[in-house]
Amino acid sequence: MMRAILLILGLLSCSLLSPLPVRADDSAALLSRLATDNYGDIESGITALASSGLAGSEIILNALADGRLSYRPSDKALFIKDASGAWMEAATNATPASVPMGLKPVKVNNRVRRALEAALGSMTLMSPDPLKRIAAADAVFKSRDANTLAALDAVISKEADATVKRHFEDARAAVLMLKSDAPEADRVAAANTLGARGDQDSLALLSSVTEANAPANVVASASLAAKGIERRLALLSTAQNAWYGLSLGSVLLLAAIGLAITFGVMGIINMAHGEMVMLGAYTTFVVQEFIRAKAPSLFDWSLPIAIPLAFCVSGLVGLLIERLIIRHLYGRPLETLLATWGVSLVLQQAVRSIFGANNREVGAPSYMTGVWDLGGFQITYGRLWIIVFSLAVFLALLVVMKGTSLGLRMRAVIQNRRMAAAMGIRTPVIDALTFALGSGVAGIAGVALSQIDNVSPNLGQSYIIDSFLVVVFGGVGNLWGTLLGALSLGLANKFLEPLAGAVLGKIVLLAIIILFIQRRPRGLFALKGRAVES
Amino acid sequence: MKRLLSKLAVSAVVAGSLAASIAAKAEDTIKIGILHSLSGTMAISETTLKDTMLYLIDEQNKKGGVLGKKLEAVVVDPASNWPLFAEKARELITKDKVVATFGCWTSVSRKSVLPVFEELNSILFYPVQYEGEESSKNIFYTGAAPNQQAIPAVDYLMENEKVQRWVLAGTDYVYPRTTNKILEAYLKSKGVKAEDIMINYTPFGHSDWQTIVADIKKFGSAGKKTAVVSTINGDANVPFYKELGNQGVKATDIPVVAFSVGEEELAGIDTKPLVGHLAAWNYFESVDVPENKEFIAKWQAYTKNPKRTTNDPMEAHVIGFNMWVKAVEKAGTTDASKVIDAMIGVAVPNLTGGISTMMPNHHITKPVLIGEIKADGQFNTVWQTPGTVVANEWSPYLEGSKDLIADWRAPLSCGNFNVKTGKCGGKS
Repeated sequence: MMRAILLILGLLSCSLLSPLPVRADDSAALLSRLATDNYGDIESGITALASSGLAGSEIILNALADGRLSYRPSDKALFIKDASGAWMEAATNATPASVPMGLKPVKVNNRVRRALEAALGSMTLMSPDPLKRIAAADAVFKSRDANTLAALDAVISKEADATVKRHFEDARAAVLMLKSDAPEADRVAAANTLGARGDQDSLALLSSVTEANAPANVVASASLAAKGIERRLALLSTAQNAWYGLSLGSVLLLAAIGLAITFGVMGIINMAHGEMVMLGAYTTFVVQEFIRAKAPSLFDWSLPIAIPLAFCVSGLVGLLIERLIIRHLYGRPLETLLATWGVSLVLQQAVRSIFGANNREVGAPSYMTGVWDLGGFQITYGRLWIIVFSLAVFLALLVVMKGTSLGLRMRAVIQNRRMAAAMGIRTPVIDALTFALGSGVAGIAGVALSQIDNVSPNLGQSYIIDSFLVVVFGGVGNLWGTLLGALSLGLANKFLEPLAGAVLGKIVLLAIIILFIQRRPRGLFALKGRAVES
Repeated sequence: MKRLLSKLAVSAVVAGSLAASIAAKAEDTIKIGILHSLSGTMAISETTLKDTMLYLIDEQNKKGGVLGKKLEAVVVDPASNWPLFAEKARELITKDKVVATFGCWTSVSRKSVLPVFEELNSILFYPVQYEGEESSKNIFYTGAAPNQQAIPAVDYLMENEKVQRWVLAGTDYVYPRTTNKILEAYLKSKGVKAEDIMINYTPFGHSDWQTIVADIKKFGSAGKKTAVVSTINGDANVPFYKELGNQGVKATDIPVVAFSVGEEELAGIDTKPLVGHLAAWNYFESVDVPENKEFIAKWQAYTKNPKRTTNDPMEAHVIGFNMWVKAVEKAGTTDASKVIDAMIGVAVPNLTGGISTMMPNHHITKPVLIGEIKADGQFNTVWQTPGTVVANEWSPYLEGSKDLIADWRAPLSCGNFNVKTGKCGGKS
């Protein structure tokens, strides 16, 4: 028996060999079951094909999974499109004499997709590639197809790689857990294996074991294992929440840090700050479109290329706004507020006229996609990079303010404008440069935000209120205050959200900030000195 | 100075003659109002509908207009500002003398213009799926009521995906709140327990979905098949779907069925991680029938953009406009009262190969389509109602509305007739 299974599996795994001449009629009948647009028939056809051991079935199923399988309605013949776009007859692997006409794609829906994953999983258990074996084991874990049990037993005994073996054993436990005719001892052992695996999928599986489908001691051990996982996950979720808070905080920091300069340092209520962020995001879009058209191989570099460009674009627009509008309004906060609000509307509509009102797609480079799973604690790469990036921007800005001569002049002008002017600093130039710097940093933030939010003309609006909150809460005129303000708001938000819901959480947070500002009008870090008193 | 004056005089004359020519032209045209936001937050969705109307009017004029007169579009921009909708509507009716208006997207904008249309007795065509619980004499609802979208979608998931646990996630405003209330009552009537329903609301434009997606995953790991019913609106969808992709929530494990996500919204996302998630609409661009193919080809030629997408509310405008043309021809006049009477019973082909009819409740019959997202951002229709569905403008699953019906034919002529008390006037 075992040998027969091994033989079949062996045949499956080297199914690239020439098709078997036997059972030609059977195989044609088998394949024609896929040549339909009834999802139920396709689903059962897949299962039949996978268990038939027909040579070439793996190629056909893979083609179906990739959407490359079509059929000719007239004679129900299947055709596979290869990477170059050429057609191949699925039954014979031969290139058809003429290009087949009137083909319809074999469509898949979620049910078919699940059947496919399960079928391909059970067929690739013996793949030479360990990553593929792990993927196959995980597919079996999900499908819990009792027919794969024998194959699993066979591969477990042969597997040398410890990681792959663990995945195989987990899959076997998943199959046994719900198999009503399996020995009780095996099912108890399976519950323990799943308990040790300890993730949400195992928990889901363990919680579906009830008196209805298992004897009492299996249910007992399953619920014990489930409780263990729940305890672990509860602990993890606190850590996970802290991570989410950190990640939200870093987004707030990015959005607010430019404002910390224009509002915090210069005292300008710049309602067009969000639009600087939006311009940065659109710069990223333009850069990506250009790269897609001219040099697709450089796509992963699109964000590093977009960063300096976004800085320049937003900085330049900021410079123009300062020179043309804001410099006439220094010391008149209300007029500044209204004027910059008007500017923000103009910029939004300008972008809408140029790029259209629809969202624009900004792609994620390969290093920003995917999840890093640390035993249930999940870190998405995109968020990780944004945290790193926001801290880098923060540090760079700190260096500019504290370590360069421009920064020195800026601080001098902020602390005492007339004294600085008397020392020979051209304060209007410094004002313009400071505003351009703040706007440019907002543009850089736009590059990062294009990865998590939609790139639309409204992008900036959703961040402007939060940005002001962060700066006011952190303490006007202090970069460290902005960092701490952003992180604490992010964390508070994420710990309130599960308790109160997203809407109420935001309201509670706003109320807390208002009370806090009542107690400490200057925020977390108040600037001290004569400049503040005046 | 003299030269400046003469220039001014010339331009005044030119302007005057222009105005005169417009006025002369206005004499022999029929004016149609287009009330869609072209700026502000809703511009993302509504701009396309303005273009659709211009296209339809252009097409009709090529066929010779209506009643022997050319149609003329009057476009105004209510700028996503709800009170401004009412002002612009009044302007369209009283100043521009439009005979019918096509417009609005959000329910709050419709509620804002409703009294204006009733007071001035004019006609509004509203093309978007909405929460129901309304029927006005002067409004024709060409979008879906909840039973033409939400309930069939839930039925599909229950039957085909064997879903037992439900997450109802929505943006915090009237459409999701009412739809979820109806869905919750419907699910409970189907025997779903309260602990198997999770309801979650988020603010407009919510962009940080990490916690909520993690919560959904946790809710989905209770050993029962789980699905998410999303009434998340507008811009918040992109970060939501991005986070689903990031955290690896696959459609084969936890499918998400959305009521506000169409081809336009998907244009801003990389859809490869989202393949298999669902949407319920009454029209998909990918529907493979000759009517739709012809419409898409003409639309793309009109907009000179071979990639321009089409969507469900666009189809609603196509149906509504064709119905209006038919009703006007039937009534032989553009007079609002007569057209309103003539509208009921008018049937026109929709773009999915069927016929849609205007019912006495001022809603139209529609087929319901369930589609799965494909890798190219289009939908693959996986299920479809055998015929068209009549709208329940008053939901039978809600306490306050289950006894109400709307019938605008004489002699009833009432939008909220209570069958229990036998009186027109709602709940009491």
